[in-house]
Amino acid sequence: MLQLENLGKRYKTGDDALKGVNLDIPDGQLVGLIGPSGAGKSTLIRCVNRLVEPTTGTVTLNDVEVSALSSRGLRKERRKMGMIFQEYALVDRLTIMENVMSGRLGYMGFWRSFFRKYAQSDIDEAFRLLERVGLDHMVDKRADELSGGQKQRVGIARALIQDPEVILIDEPTASLDPKTSRQIMRLISELCRERNLSAIVNIHDVALAQMFVERIVGLQMGEIIFDGTPDELTPEVLTQIYGEEDWEATIEEVDEDDDDTIDKNSADEKSVATNT
Amino acid sequence: MNASTATSGNEKRRSWKRPPLIKDTKWRYGLLVFFTLYFIAAFVSYEVNWTRVYEGLDRGWEFIKSFAHPDFTTRWPDISEGIWESIVITITSTVAGIFLAIPLALGAAANLAPKAVYLFCRGIISINRALHEIIVAILMVAIFGFGPLAGFITLTLSTIGFIAKLLAEDIENISKPQAEAVKSTGSGWWQWINYAVQPQVMPRLIGLSIYRLDINFRSSSILGLVGAGGVGATLNTAFDRYEFDTAAAIIILIIAIVMVLEYVSGFIRARVQ
Repeated sequence: MLQLENLGKRYKTGDDALKGVNLDIPDGQLVGLIGPSGAGKSTLIRCVNRLVEPTTGTVTLNDVEVSALSSRGLRKERRKMGMIFQEYALVDRLTIMENVMSGRLGYMGFWRSFFRKYAQSDIDEAFRLLERVGLDHMVDKRADELSGGQKQRVGIARALIQDPEVILIDEPTASLDPKTSRQIMRLISELCRERNLSAIVNIHDVALAQMFVERIVGLQMGEIIFDGTPDELTPEVLTQIYGEEDWEATIEEVDEDDDDTIDKNSADEKSVATNT
Repeated sequence: MNASTATSGNEKRRSWKRPPLIKDTKWRYGLLVFFTLYFIAAFVSYEVNWTRVYEGLDRGWEFIKSFAHPDFTTRWPDISEGIWESIVITITSTVAGIFLAIPLALGAAANLAPKAVYLFCRGIISINRALHEIIVAILMVAIFGFGPLAGFITLTLSTIGFIAKLLAEDIENISKPQAEAVKSTGSGWWQWINYAVQPQVMPRLIGLSIYRLDINFRSSSILGLVGAGGVGATLNTAFDRYEFDTAAAIIILIIAIVMVLEYVSGFIRARVQ
């Protein structure tokens, strides 16, 4: 359970990016956060793991008040919060395995991480996750050799190997083509369901959000102005969030296509892998 | 022309010029005239003794001719000792300088260090870089006496300033999302440096180090002139004795070594991307 209470952020420039946001996200819920550029979506998810320090309010994750922690405590708590980024944010010159393993850094000592002497259980888990996202055959490749969709899959594996309780996802599909975007969003929603993870996903693509999330929160000028199911997202509501525009085409029901065969297959492998 | 474009013939023709750097015409041409006049006046202020130049041409020609028959043998023990000393100074000062520069660079990167540490480290770098190697060398010779130790310390210091400044700038330019991503996993500070920062700046660090090796060798062949060891001392002695053949031999050796280093550094820098 992630609870945001009266969360506010004022930047040094005097901009109020967030104005007292209240939001409860129960375990296992995938929340889509929509809103125009500059509405405070990025600020909101960065306030959760304090990459941005909130100026007011509290963040509570499963009874731990994240916003009150010392830097040491924060570092420990960050292990419980996975993050997936817009431009994937993999370290280009590290291998896929090192990128995934950077998700375990909070659990291992410096010298172990420095010499890349990872625990066998971590290595097993890394291979299992990479297999799940369909990339276990390229662990030694450098991150900058991958395509956008592959990079984002590694990003997902890096977030999940943290064994998180919540995942913060910042525009995961903004740099991907429409088909890959769907595959990534499908993968994220499946994984959240499998692992009973709660997640906040910032997303510009309203139609894509409606396809894959169970709850949508609309943010405008740092305030929540909509909180409901995807079905309740009417043209009137979108006009309220984004301003006047013809919204009928955006929220038209999109047909699912069959581009997900790889994901389905690896999902089956996954269930086999967890059984053994 | 068809009917629709016929009407556009009445449109006013519009011209365009790039807006000038200095808007005001008086200032623009005034500054130009001022700097031209100053340059001419400054140049005229040099007093040239043409008879001296005429005599000097002969001596210069002698020197250049001696490159046709460089004398490696007569003073070979001195030359080889000087060259080896220069190489030792170069390698030790480069390695020591890089090791000391790395922590300083971390402290001098605004995105890593707290403000106080940042200002302190930047201050050290500025002072370090303000003094030219020759001036530092004179000071070091005064403290440590003649010999390669003074040269080693001088070049170590200037390597620190050089690498720390440029590496710090590269650290400040790292990709912020990559750094954020590793930080958000709950990594410790040193783990964060090792996983997020180091991979991003390593090619630059290697490139700078090799470039600095190159610079240090060239500098080490000068430092001998002020008594800080190296082949410069041998070269100076050769000039003092008007042994242009020996001097030519030394200069040819220096050029050869610098060229080899240049080639090697180009090769390595192309490889590490």
